[in-house]
Amino acid sequence: MPADGGIGASTKRREDIRFLTGNGNYTDDINLRGQAYVHFLRSDMAHGTLNSVDTSEAADMPGVVRIFTGADFADVGGLPCGWQVTDRHGEVMQEPAHPVLAIGKVRHVGDPIAAIVAETADQARDAAEAIEVDIDELPAVIDMKAALQEGSPKVHDDLTSNLCYDWGFVEDNKDAVDEAIKTAAHVTTLELVNNRLIPNAMEPRVAVGDYNRSTDDSTLYTTSQNPHVIRLLMGAFVLGIPEHKLRVVAPDVGGGFGSKIFHYAEEALCTFAAKALNRPVKWTCSRSEAFMSDAHGRDHVTKIELALDADNNFTAIRTDTHANMGAYLSTFAPSVPTWLHGTLMAGNYKTPLIYVNVKAVFTNTVAVDAYRGAGRPEATFQLERVIDKAAIELGVDPIALRRQNFVTEFPYATPVAVEYDTGDYVATMDKLEALADLSGFEARLAESKSRGMLRGLGINCYIEACGIAPSNLVGQLGARAGLYESATVRVNATGGITVMTGSHSHGQGHETSFAQVVSDMIGIDASMIEIEHGDTDKAPMGMGTYGSRSIAVGGSAMVRATEKIIAKARKIAAHLMEASEADIELKDGAFSVAGTDKSVAWGDVTLAAYVPHNYPLEEIEPGLEETAFYDPANFTYPAGAYACEVEVDPDTGKVSIESFAAVDDFGNVINPMIVDGQVHGGLAQGIGQALLEGCGYDENGQLLTGSYMDYAMPRADDVPFYQVDHSCQTPCTHNPLGVKGCGEAGAIGSPPAVVNAVVDALRRNGSDITHIDMPLTPSRVWTAMQG
Amino acid sequence: MAQVTMTVNGTSVSADAEGRTLLVEYLREGLGLTGTHVGCDTSQCGACVVHVNGKAVKSCTMFAAEAEGAEVSTIEGQAAADGTLNTIQQAFQDHHGLQCGFCTAGMVMSAAALLQDNPKPTEAEIRDYLEGNICRCTGYHNIVKAIMAASGQDVSAIAAE
Repeated sequence: MPADGGIGASTKRREDIRFLTGNGNYTDDINLRGQAYVHFLRSDMAHGTLNSVDTSEAADMPGVVRIFTGADFADVGGLPCGWQVTDRHGEVMQEPAHPVLAIGKVRHVGDPIAAIVAETADQARDAAEAIEVDIDELPAVIDMKAALQEGSPKVHDDLTSNLCYDWGFVEDNKDAVDEAIKTAAHVTTLELVNNRLIPNAMEPRVAVGDYNRSTDDSTLYTTSQNPHVIRLLMGAFVLGIPEHKLRVVAPDVGGGFGSKIFHYAEEALCTFAAKALNRPVKWTCSRSEAFMSDAHGRDHVTKIELALDADNNFTAIRTDTHANMGAYLSTFAPSVPTWLHGTLMAGNYKTPLIYVNVKAVFTNTVAVDAYRGAGRPEATFQLERVIDKAAIELGVDPIALRRQNFVTEFPYATPVAVEYDTGDYVATMDKLEALADLSGFEARLAESKSRGMLRGLGINCYIEACGIAPSNLVGQLGARAGLYESATVRVNATGGITVMTGSHSHGQGHETSFAQVVSDMIGIDASMIEIEHGDTDKAPMGMGTYGSRSIAVGGSAMVRATEKIIAKARKIAAHLMEASEADIELKDGAFSVAGTDKSVAWGDVTLAAYVPHNYPLEEIEPGLEETAFYDPANFTYPAGAYACEVEVDPDTGKVSIESFAAVDDFGNVINPMIVDGQVHGGLAQGIGQALLEGCGYDENGQLLTGSYMDYAMPRADDVPFYQVDHSCQTPCTHNPLGVKGCGEAGAIGSPPAVVNAVVDALRRNGSDITHIDMPLTPSRVWTAMQG
Repeated sequence: MAQVTMTVNGTSVSADAEGRTLLVEYLREGLGLTGTHVGCDTSQCGACVVHVNGKAVKSCTMFAAEAEGAEVSTIEGQAAADGTLNTIQQAFQDHHGLQCGFCTAGMVMSAAALLQDNPKPTEAEIRDYLEGNICRCTGYHNIVKAIMAASGQDVSAIAAE
């Protein structure tokens, strides 16, 4: 291993230095000479007919440069949706237009109506006050089930109803599932809500558009997890700018969690306006705007039925889910409740028959799309909750019930289309029982009781599908994109390496962990390797970071490109040492001839590649730069087992997390410190969902949680020190690093553990409750305790 | 628009500010000190914490004019001139107390203020003190651990880095 850490080392993060000294370069830190500022006038009504937007008075306000309205975008495309779901009747989903600025109607609070460009941000805001907007308010469509009733107002008048799609999976299994449930020895039924969340990356979104009149090139600086995707979607589908005339840069990005995957109207507006005005145009989102314009997450209402035979073996699962799409289809919204949710309904268990029905519904709310876990938390929550409820009903131990039904042989083909390559669910559960000291629970329970507190223990498992995704498979499932990843490895003459990856790091530490991989492969110090990401003019076409895909897919592309580099370098080394290529060995950054003391250093080879005086020019080209695109053969399947212990205050219903243990199998791990950190963050988000966070709309579609004063983010005193472990490693079989991905696990696995624990605490106190909907606020828990 | 003068990280500075200009805007836009961040508009998130006359202040909640003549310290002024990180900054790196880095300036400045008043805070005291600093990435584990380590406490018994 190189001195400064290769694969498996907890190397300290190099990017920390700039962040800790205030030298990061976030999009809002970018200010271009002569830039103007945009403010968006947004709808304060959830649903209405937009009769007119009178900008005449505002246009004369001080500093106003231009005011754009929907009419200005009549000749450009709307915001595209990247995934087309086909429903259970073979029909493609209903796909409404999504204008950059509202045309004809406003469809949610926060829907942008006009964009005011002014010399200063304050002037733009002031001018917005002078715009006269004439809207006839319409009844808002908020509740999903009401939205599907005959006669409900329609969010989109040109669609037949508010139903986006009615998806069945696997449709051919439906009758067999129905029959298995009808004839089961026991069926446990649970109705639950997976609460709507607002992602809340700490950096609000920002877009800076720039235009170069001399070259006709446009540039967008934006807070994105996937700049190439934005370049493709915005260039090709919205503004009609070919990719070679458009550069998208996502510099340091302050967290994403899914909410910065999507192509947003504000990005298109800033790029469009910069060209129209021939000057840079900047928009900085306020947090209040973010609440009403960032894509939200989750928001499923589900009924799940679990059938068991007389020996408590799972025989069938049937689910019926309503999934909120919001007012428009965000970039990947249709895929979340379908292919990222239905395919995970087998969980860690060998249930032979599964049928998932999802009705996706339009409502007068902000668009809903992927948020950390995206579909997989929703699948895990319902499955792990219904198993706990079944254990209660059957009077069996919830861990034993899970163990009895674990998948134990791999590869395992689920009845929901995916094949798990590796896993060891028994090992992760064994590890969890030790890590969480489950045998000591009774003593802790007694201690809590002595203080008048109710204690509960919640256990659950999870599996997720990561390393998204095999392109030909997702193409068949409706994706309008490939989901490969790219890397260019550029070796410089003096031996230093620049890796340009299509992955994007917005907190994950790729600059450190990716460098560890290349350093390990070549045997040179990581300090000789620079990881570049986030600029479409530098990296080859890439798909960005989400779905825990970076190391599994992006890392694999980098490995493939580095392998090409090593292969070529080996030829050069063979030539330099006048040896057979087959005899060349690479170790610790030097090439040697096997069985001899002949060797050449890495720098000798790289220099020869660029100063090819003594070089096999007839066999290979000079230079040392390679690109690889890696398309995964399968998803990866991280899995684990989590345990949460809570105390509930019987007087107030307040829940406190006393301990949380997470055992994850991520396959091989590149940087354990970073992986632990990813799990910690996911756990806090999952605990936040379980106890604190819930986006609310009233019946008129007014957003009730529009700031941090109304939307409860997890604070430091809401969470404990976590115990995390990833020593159970069953490497992925189909990518070169054997890695599975770790970014989403914590958020996927933790909500059911918390709810299971609270239900357990209440039942130990004599309650017969079997479920409480998240977030488990003191009010909800106290109410539940009153019976 | 008036000139507002203060001392920032030991250097006397002045820049134009309107009456409504917030201290954070003055720092970021007036002085180009973009290490201090804006994460909300309700004074909740703490990404903008700086020190004014030695006290931790949310710079989004104070007008620049109110800091006329004050001694202001920001994240840019924490490391030594040769780039050596201070104890708190170094502990954040050592214990992986940051991920995306956006809340980090506020966390470090809040931690510094805490340790000034309470040189050896308990875990509970740290968690309580950070009520006004939101982090979405780290789950707080390594932030709390880093602050304990920066205060000279042995954190080796705390689970995993």
